[in-house]
Amino acid sequence: MSATAAMKAPTRDLGLLRRRRAADMVATVLCFAATLVVLAALASILWTLVANGIGGLTLRTLTRVTAPAGGNGGLLNPLVGSVIQVALATLLGTPIGLLAGIYLAEYGTGSAVANAVRFVSDMLLSAPSILVGLFVYLVLVAPFHHFSGWAGVVALAILVVPIVVRTSEDMLRLVPLSMREAAAALGAPHWKVVLLVCVRAARRGMMTGVLLAVARISGETAPLLFTSLGNLNWSLSLNRSMASLPVTIYQYAGSPADDWVQLAWTAALLITVGVLLINIAARLGLRGGDR
Amino acid sequence: MTTDASLAGAPTGRSWGDPAFAGIVRACGLVVLLLIGGIIAVMLAGGRQAFSTFGWGFLSSSAWNPVLDHYGALTAVFGTVVTAAIGLVVAVPLAFGVAFCLTEMAPAWLSGPLGIAVELLAAVPSIIFGMWGFFVIVPVMAHDIQPPLIHTLGHVRLLHPFFSGAPFGTGLLTAGLILAVMVTPFIAAVMRDVFNSMPPVLKESAYGLGSTRWDVMRQVVLPWSRTAVIGGIMLGLGRALGETMAVTFVIGNTNRISASLFSPGNTIASLIALEFPESPAGSLKLSALLALGFILMVISFVTLACSRLLLRAGRTARH
Repeated sequence: MSATAAMKAPTRDLGLLRRRRAADMVATVLCFAATLVVLAALASILWTLVANGIGGLTLRTLTRVTAPAGGNGGLLNPLVGSVIQVALATLLGTPIGLLAGIYLAEYGTGSAVANAVRFVSDMLLSAPSILVGLFVYLVLVAPFHHFSGWAGVVALAILVVPIVVRTSEDMLRLVPLSMREAAAALGAPHWKVVLLVCVRAARRGMMTGVLLAVARISGETAPLLFTSLGNLNWSLSLNRSMASLPVTIYQYAGSPADDWVQLAWTAALLITVGVLLINIAARLGLRGGDR
Repeated sequence: MTTDASLAGAPTGRSWGDPAFAGIVRACGLVVLLLIGGIIAVMLAGGRQAFSTFGWGFLSSSAWNPVLDHYGALTAVFGTVVTAAIGLVVAVPLAFGVAFCLTEMAPAWLSGPLGIAVELLAAVPSIIFGMWGFFVIVPVMAHDIQPPLIHTLGHVRLLHPFFSGAPFGTGLLTAGLILAVMVTPFIAAVMRDVFNSMPPVLKESAYGLGSTRWDVMRQVVLPWSRTAVIGGIMLGLGRALGETMAVTFVIGNTNRISASLFSPGNTIASLIALEFPESPAGSLKLSALLALGFILMVISFVTLACSRLLLRAGRTARH
């Protein structure tokens, strides 16, 4: 009796093993295929951008102002407009984000308000950017009856805040408690401990957050459509509508004029390369900081 | 005496510095709360005209008629939900495959660069996805994917309504596929972090019993990380619901509800982006767009709040 059971058991186990191995094989192949699909999408996007955009990437494109279709225009004003708006938005949003991050990491442990701030900030991190655009439109554009670069700056700054809050809180939490205790034991007041010890130690990671925020807002289009609107004439005034690369892409990409479509591709290549380089730099910096 | 003076002086210097700094950082934290409160209040106020004109009928009406000045939210809400659903159905398996590859299959030298590549896909601006979709995916859909589907599945009785219509290349399915590519990296990043944060001893004991990689994933990793994985999927859903530029390029901009996956449509975000330039300040149409924005805000905030709660629950369960 026991001998037959012992003889049967291996064959049944082999069948089960074979089935499990087959399932493992199928899962491995499918997961590998999924990864390939995602990588292929990235490759296709980059290839399309380079193939279509590189031809228009000349000094003339970068130094000429946008012009009517067929008018030999360039991308100077969108480029300058984007740089101005992104820079000011970063300057405006970063301090608020850093200080709020400090609040969450150093002052708000266990408090209900801090938990609410953390929750809301994380929600804003993934909230639709078009809502931020509509909000700023209602607050800063509609009451003044004109679009303005400042409105675009504020909309982008609102997007900067949650990104910086998240990274600065995370980075401050990595600072060992013993450093705080050592500083406090030397008689430093709490604010000095935070600013001169904790923030210093977490500086690198916090910079990464700012870089990621810059990368994120450089490509944002939806919040600018209702705020700085875009401007096809040369203008550096923040009180008037202001051009930006993403909005120019939006305006040009669907146009029937070939030279406008070409400019849209070139602008898309510029933005994507810029955004991806900033991202890579931020990640390399973060990795260097870990060591 | 001098030491006494400096000792006496120190606490006074401390006494205003600390409260002041604490006050400043707390104020900046409160700015975040004020911001979300402001967004909710201002959007509601902006849509008040439309809400009071159409009442609850705004939600159930599929009209969008600028000539008669009659507007409803149903078409746009339908498009938003359908495209996001298509996006998730495609993105979840892709993201799971990527996360499984990154955490269990790929050797260390490969998983680093692979992870960076996936993160870079997450960093590509949405307008670039829109352009890529419009110039690359739409022609492929129109020539290679939609006609065969119409000729095969379009003739199956029950599937007919979903696969009928003209192969424009644009439409709900195309928008859903582009959304899938966009949100995959976000879901995959959450899944990867969750899988990685699992105590190795649990996996090791399963391997020790002779489990294959897939057995470990199915029977050990997934049950253990279920809450956080669902949180990650909700995060992707929140992103897909509010995505604007990528969808605007490929959705086809038509205010019509149709069962066909190929039919052009509109999402809330794309409708706002497309119609805003033709909506003068103070008009009922603008108010209707703002009311749509309010609806989008409610939908996406609820989704994102669920996502955060699930992710937090998953984290506390693990510690």
